[in-house]
Amino acid sequence: MRIVVLTKPVPDPASGAERLGPDGRLDRAASPSVVNGNDEFALEAALKLIEAAGEGEVALLSMAPASAPETLRKALAMGATRGVLVTDPALEGSCAVSTAKVLAAALREMEFDLALAGVDASDGVGGSVPSAIAAHLGLPYLSYASKIEPDMASRTVRVRRISPTGYDLLEAPMPALIGCTQSLGEPRYPSLKGIMAARGKEIVTRSLADLGVDAATVGGAVATTRVLESHPPTARAATEVVRGTPDEGADRILAFLSERRVI
Amino acid sequence: MARLWVIGEPGPDGGLARISTEVATLVRGLGESNGAEVIGIVVGADPAKAATELATYVPTVIALTDANAAEHTWSAAAARHVAALAEGADAPDAIFVGAGPDGRDLAGAVSALTGLGVLTNATGVSWSDSGPTVEMSVFGGKLLTTSGFAAGRGIVTVRPNVATAAAATAPGTVEARASGATAELPLVTVVEHVAEAGAAVSIDEARIIVAGGRGVGGAQGFELVEQLAAALGGVVGASRAAVDAGWIPYSRQIGQTGKIVKPELYLALGISGAIQHKVGMRTSGTIVAVNRDADAPIAEFADLFVQGDLFEVGNALLERLNARSG
Repeated sequence: MRIVVLTKPVPDPASGAERLGPDGRLDRAASPSVVNGNDEFALEAALKLIEAAGEGEVALLSMAPASAPETLRKALAMGATRGVLVTDPALEGSCAVSTAKVLAAALREMEFDLALAGVDASDGVGGSVPSAIAAHLGLPYLSYASKIEPDMASRTVRVRRISPTGYDLLEAPMPALIGCTQSLGEPRYPSLKGIMAARGKEIVTRSLADLGVDAATVGGAVATTRVLESHPPTARAATEVVRGTPDEGADRILAFLSERRVI
Repeated sequence: MARLWVIGEPGPDGGLARISTEVATLVRGLGESNGAEVIGIVVGADPAKAATELATYVPTVIALTDANAAEHTWSAAAARHVAALAEGADAPDAIFVGAGPDGRDLAGAVSALTGLGVLTNATGVSWSDSGPTVEMSVFGGKLLTTSGFAAGRGIVTVRPNVATAAAATAPGTVEARASGATAELPLVTVVEHVAEAGAAVSIDEARIIVAGGRGVGGAQGFELVEQLAAALGGVVGASRAAVDAGWIPYSRQIGQTGKIVKPELYLALGISGAIQHKVGMRTSGTIVAVNRDADAPIAEFADLFVQGDLFEVGNALLERLNARSG
């Protein structure tokens, strides 16, 4: 079984240093990059599927600046077989439309049974890219997965899609694209052996020309959206601290919620 | 005259999703204050009920019938119709849809089919001469941005609870139409709908979240968290520490690797409020925390911090809440 995991390097949410540059684009130098959280859940699910099948490979696909291999090494250390990095100066400032177009072009030249992606990314939390990629490629899109069950014999995949009341059991033919959530389970930590092995794993770089994508049709110059203004949220008012008996604490909570018209 | 669309998403029993009633109310307001035309779009195997519901919020609703929507995922069935209409004679300046799973899936597919850009997770929308301007919260609430479309047109996904649903003074009209869609998208079969206790997605839309952390001490301790959530009409959330300990499922996790939530009330019990958790909940309307440790980071950013034993304070609070409702 061949699985591609779409892997986005994002600014580390724990760094607290994420910021936009003066052009309204992500300032990548401001904070360290990590693999997007939901993509790690996707990778974990992919590794488990390969282990259960007893054969196959997990390839990473990423569209990111040329420095991305540093970030992708951790995903390789978790157990991915190899990486494909689409990187091109013309992609700087890409909006979601360009990103979906380019990742679709890259997937088109890869062979896979399943492509897995996090349903959204922790930096912008947009969540429209995976479904756009599927539409470009004419692939079934099974989103908000909490469980993935491929059947190689019938070449179909079943996915539990989280719904407001539980889940919907979905089925589609393979190849298919699946949007992954944290409900798939905790990502493993790379072992020392995995970290050593990752050093020798291949990350292939692809440019827009390699993918046959006209550089004039993607990137910052043709971005469909732009940030007009940004500011930090208004600081919260000072914390009111209550120390006293449990009854006093509970009384104050109740009064506080009434004052704020929450209850 | 600008033209604004609201996509009606499917809700329970063939009706309209709650998020769509909120988005419709928001967009109707935008239309009224900016002299724009507002049109609702409903796609379904039998769209009549949802279309009628949407028409209580907006003046005109276009209903499109596609039998495939009955046994397949809605976005895969609906996206091609929305895209075809959007490229037709009545092309909209902006398409609004909820920022939940169905809305996001639809927005991505329509974007791919039309080339329209997407502004996501709007927490506020206004109208300017160059189209919609959209407020969003990025980097886990660390930064608020205002964005627009380069060409003045595009798709906007709107977060839950941005507007309070309110019907229009008079109901609108429903017009059945065919989209003339030619594009095909692969369908995904819905084999069955399964109801489950403690559904996972509900923390996204919840108005009130009661969350437990390491201080809750065990799965049993979450009983109090659940009782408080029930008494407040809210749902249960958790920090990663509580999830990793196996006390509560992953679907409840709030924070860096979990959900990012923005309820009106976030009641945190035994949660220290480390940065990984804070990024998932810091934009909540009101934050109340109960913790033994006066030095916990959450004491710095909660609106109300009660220092004390979460079980003692929690049980006292539960008694009072039950007395109120009883």
